[in-house]
Amino acid sequence: MTRPLRWRRVLTRLVLAALVWLVVAVMGLPLYWVATGALKTNREIYTFPPVWIPRDPQWSNFLAAWEAVPFGRFFLNSLVTTAGAVTIELLFALLSAYALVFLDARGKGFVFAVTVAALLVPQTVTLLPNYLTIARLGWINTYQGLIVPVAAVAFGVFLFRQHFLTLPRELVDAARLDGCGHLGLLRHVVVPLSQPVIVTFLVIYLVSHWNDFLWPLVATNRLEWRTVPIGVAYLYDVEGVQNWGPILAGTVMALLPMLVVYVLAQRWIVKGIGGGALKG
Amino acid sequence: MERSLKVLEQQRTVATPVRSDEQAAASRLRRILGERLLFVLFVAPNLLLLAVFTYWPLVVNVYLSFQQWDLISPVKVFVGLENYRFLLGDRDFHEVLRNTVVYTAGTVGGTLVLGLLFALLLDQRLRGIALARSVVFAPYVLSGAAVGIFWVNMLNPRFGVVGQVASWLGTVSPDWLNHPRLAMVAVILVSIWKTVGFATIVYLAGLQRIPQELYEAAMVDGAGALARFRAVTLPQLGPTTLFLVVVSTIASFQAFDLIKVLTNGGPVNATTTLLFYIWEQGFVAFNAGRAAAASVFLFVILAIISLLQVRIGERRVSYD
Repeated sequence: MTRPLRWRRVLTRLVLAALVWLVVAVMGLPLYWVATGALKTNREIYTFPPVWIPRDPQWSNFLAAWEAVPFGRFFLNSLVTTAGAVTIELLFALLSAYALVFLDARGKGFVFAVTVAALLVPQTVTLLPNYLTIARLGWINTYQGLIVPVAAVAFGVFLFRQHFLTLPRELVDAARLDGCGHLGLLRHVVVPLSQPVIVTFLVIYLVSHWNDFLWPLVATNRLEWRTVPIGVAYLYDVEGVQNWGPILAGTVMALLPMLVVYVLAQRWIVKGIGGGALKG
Repeated sequence: MERSLKVLEQQRTVATPVRSDEQAAASRLRRILGERLLFVLFVAPNLLLLAVFTYWPLVVNVYLSFQQWDLISPVKVFVGLENYRFLLGDRDFHEVLRNTVVYTAGTVGGTLVLGLLFALLLDQRLRGIALARSVVFAPYVLSGAAVGIFWVNMLNPRFGVVGQVASWLGTVSPDWLNHPRLAMVAVILVSIWKTVGFATIVYLAGLQRIPQELYEAAMVDGAGALARFRAVTLPQLGPTTLFLVVVSTIASFQAFDLIKVLTNGGPVNATTTLLFYIWEQGFVAFNAGRAAAASVFLFVILAIISLLQVRIGERRVSYD
């Protein structure tokens, strides 16, 4: 290899590496900004050029945010709603996908089509009618109102079905011959063989319910029934633009749970999204 | 006694094959019926929820779109096609449609182009590349409301960090969110920041599935890096791109929380998209008929887009 060519290679690699870190800087800057902003004094926030490192970290901003709005209640509501919806969805998705793959029955194609076609109906279109339904049921400002209308599962059924189809058929047949019933088969054979997909499923649905804004906004109208995303938007409204320290601290509190989930489950999310996308 | 036992035994040996046949048939029937029942039991709960909270609302929307109703009064007034006629002739609604197209095109286009670019960059062997991928994807898991809040802070013309970046580049940051044109640009940029990680991850997976031999063959043919990208990478990523277009388009039609916090649809109506309009008509102006008619519009538009994409998808699939 001639000398100039090698130099060009080294240079290309350096430029590409620099571009990677430029992308990281641009994408990471907002995260850095909210994290450090939460610890700044208001004087440090309302100044130009902006302060990059808070001199005296103001942990009291978090306390101020917690006291300005009922954050504890928001977290409880988000926790119950998310846990309830995800549990129902996991159960329904496992049962539906199992039935579609392992049970011998007519109408499988129809059931699958009806389930997956639901992906084409946006939440927007169902908003007003579903509000009317839960209003008639007296479910405004209740957990069932927050959970049940959003607990139907479409993508998850698709995800599990694709995975179940790859499971070795002989294993299932052998378990059946050993006298294993279908529920036993699901619990003791299929679920243990599906753990990575289940984790992917849990993370996707956890994130989407925790962050959901529109349905909880419509399904509740009292402050003590609001969830975290609406609560933090409310904090932003009541504190106005006069008190950014506590607003950013509250924002960090709202972001933290999903960031933790993300860091813990990253492996599976990346695999699940990358793999699931290409099969579909 | 002994004889009778023997006879019984004989009878049994004779009878056994016949009975087991019947038994087998009966048990097979029972098994099939049992499985069908089980199938229904397994799929029914989810189908019931889908019917009540996904499909039934489509019917209700069509019904409500022919009424005039404030969501409270016990009487609805049948007005025929009046709500549709109003929307088609309404300037504000035209602006809403235009905003929706601009927002969707900007967000989907930007997300896909940048996503592919980021995926190509992140597809290198490099120290810390895993960390880089994590940072790029992280915004995707965050709440749109929370993201909107800290971007309001960053975009502030007086003390925001975007102003600092602008001054480094030798300009002054405008008041993005209160500018009639730039507000939409800002909303699109923030949306791209939030969603580009998803496209990046999907493209990365797509890149890693391209068979290495294709590149080697192209290199043997003397193709340079750019030629290899155009001849191998882009066509091989066709199905991935199609998937991303579908998913991102549907997602951008659902964007609400980000817009609500960033601009609340303003200034005036500059960032009011179709979803935002539906929510406003239904739950702020209490005009159920108009909200329902706009919902029907949205659904029809999405259905057309989905069908078009399925068509294109079929052509693409036969292509490779």
